[in-house]
Amino acid sequence: MVIAIPMIWLLVFFLIPFAVVFKLSLSEAAIARPPYLPMMTWDEEGILTFVLNIGNYFYLLDDDLYIFAYMQSMKIALVSTVICLLVAYPMALAIARANSSTRNLLLMLVILPFWTSFLLRVYAWIGILKTNGLLNNALLWLGLIDQPLAIMQTDLAVYIGIVYTYLPFMILPLYTSLVKQDESLLEAAADLGARPVTAFFSVTLPLSFPGIAAGSLLVFIPVVGEFVIPALLGGPDTLMIGRVLWSEFFSNRDWPVASAVATVMLVVLVVPIMLLRLAQQADEKKA
Amino acid sequence: MKKLIITTLGALVAAPAAHSAETLNIYNWSDYIAEDTIAQFEAATGIDVNYDVYDSNEVLEAKMLAGNSGYDLVVPTSDFLQRQVAAGAYQPIDKSLLPNLVNMDEDIMATAAGYDAGNEHSIVYLWGTTGIGYNVEAVAERLGADMPIDSWELLFNPEIVAKLADCGVSMLDAPTEVVPAAMNYLGLDPRSTDAKDFEAAEELLTSIRPHIRYFHSSQYISDLANGDTCVALGWSGDVFQAQARASEAENGVEIGYIIPKEGALQWFDMLAIPVDAPNPEAAHKFINFVMDAQVTADITNYVWYGNANKASMPLVDEEIKADPGIFPTEAAKEKLWAGMVYNARQDRSLTRAWTKVKTGK
Repeated sequence: MVIAIPMIWLLVFFLIPFAVVFKLSLSEAAIARPPYLPMMTWDEEGILTFVLNIGNYFYLLDDDLYIFAYMQSMKIALVSTVICLLVAYPMALAIARANSSTRNLLLMLVILPFWTSFLLRVYAWIGILKTNGLLNNALLWLGLIDQPLAIMQTDLAVYIGIVYTYLPFMILPLYTSLVKQDESLLEAAADLGARPVTAFFSVTLPLSFPGIAAGSLLVFIPVVGEFVIPALLGGPDTLMIGRVLWSEFFSNRDWPVASAVATVMLVVLVVPIMLLRLAQQADEKKA
Repeated sequence: MKKLIITTLGALVAAPAAHSAETLNIYNWSDYIAEDTIAQFEAATGIDVNYDVYDSNEVLEAKMLAGNSGYDLVVPTSDFLQRQVAAGAYQPIDKSLLPNLVNMDEDIMATAAGYDAGNEHSIVYLWGTTGIGYNVEAVAERLGADMPIDSWELLFNPEIVAKLADCGVSMLDAPTEVVPAAMNYLGLDPRSTDAKDFEAAEELLTSIRPHIRYFHSSQYISDLANGDTCVALGWSGDVFQAQARASEAENGVEIGYIIPKEGALQWFDMLAIPVDAPNPEAAHKFINFVMDAQVTADITNYVWYGNANKASMPLVDEEIKADPGIFPTEAAKEKLWAGMVYNARQDRSLTRAWTKVKTGK
């Protein structure tokens, strides 16, 4: 019974939609409503014809655009995850080590941005980063630059937007794992002659590994499929798989190929999830 | 793109809620109606209007082809309409419910019938051209005051556009609008579907690509108005809106719009009723209401797009009537071309070429 509820959740919100997308990826595009041919047809003599079209998957291999876009998405996701981790770790550590009243306030501050719409916050970045924006005007006024910096519509703007947006998803799991750590372990390390730096690298960091893994996946997976941030902040040459999917679906009206792109993306993402599961299981066995 | 994303996200979650006989669900382009049109219609008929907006034909098309959009009235552009009619997305319009049809300009309706035989599924709402919007002062500063601004040269001549790159050049993110314009500049038929012509256009666009800051279909309105960019390949009325916003803001930015002397794409946005509209009767009432001379004149006076309503012309502001960017001269009219409807293979190669131009991949 306890297991049944998550299983139903998985079925309704993941497996069924995925089955629909997968089925669509095996059909053929057409000018119709909806714009693809039905997979099963009964002809007049009552013969059932069943057409499976796997050509859409081969098509993705034909043109290196798709592989390039997948790789580009992975690269952006990886770099963003590393930056998030480097920025979030000291913050999470500071929150975990703060006394309990300050700690709640700091946690509140981490969560606070969620009270504003995500889209509005990304728009706010446009206002900050654009040519006549806050940042450029401030730097010009201070005399630090004499030409506005071109940040909008570059990959840099995309990284800023992604790291900003996903940072809380890294901080919270890190905090959770850091706050559970027993402080007496550090005292013991100090007693045995370890300097704070050594103690951090041999005690705190390894013990926070589950938090690092959870936070990294929470950032990495959604960023691979990110569409909104690169579309709003990125330049025309920021090519991520979400953009490719959009143009297959909307510009080419080719829902089957779009579904094939989505299916492949899911498979690419399932691999890290499986790795996490394995890591967790190994961890539990140790404990 | 920003509106595009909101509407894309909206498309996922916000199908209009339950309908009573008293509700009309309209899905129209953003910034594309007079401020009081809806209120007037509600007051005149007692029908409640839910009014949603989009900024790309592609988003509308995805909804129409998926079906059950819940909308009673939508406004696709003529070439998109043609394909959607072929897919069976629209119901025939009952002209007996439209007494104001007599107000319409027969010539324009006849041109629009090229996309929808006999205007059976659609009525012209507004029309316009795809040309060039530019910041008068910034362009003169870079090209010299004597340089005539009347040609696609401004965008497609690499030497000229290079001089403008630093102040920002943008293009619509719509291959079906930009590629034909590039072919037109090269002296090719803008309605060509020849792969060689597509390639020539791709080559030209690639050569000017380094000077283009972004490809986007609505961002340029505010960027032109604020002086953040200074040349845009864009839709006529949108450029005029940028002009109006700049003069409202009194920021010293002066925006001009030209239909290039080589020609430009002329398009029609069409009122159409989805085949599964919950309340087609109210949609007919709205179409008839919009075709009222005063209502259409108010809309044109507000959005600065041309209309196809002959009876409204005496009520349209002189300033708008006299603007060759909105109502082109006879000579300019001859150079306008109509949007082409591509087949799936052509669409795919066009989109692919477009991606290549934009990303180099």
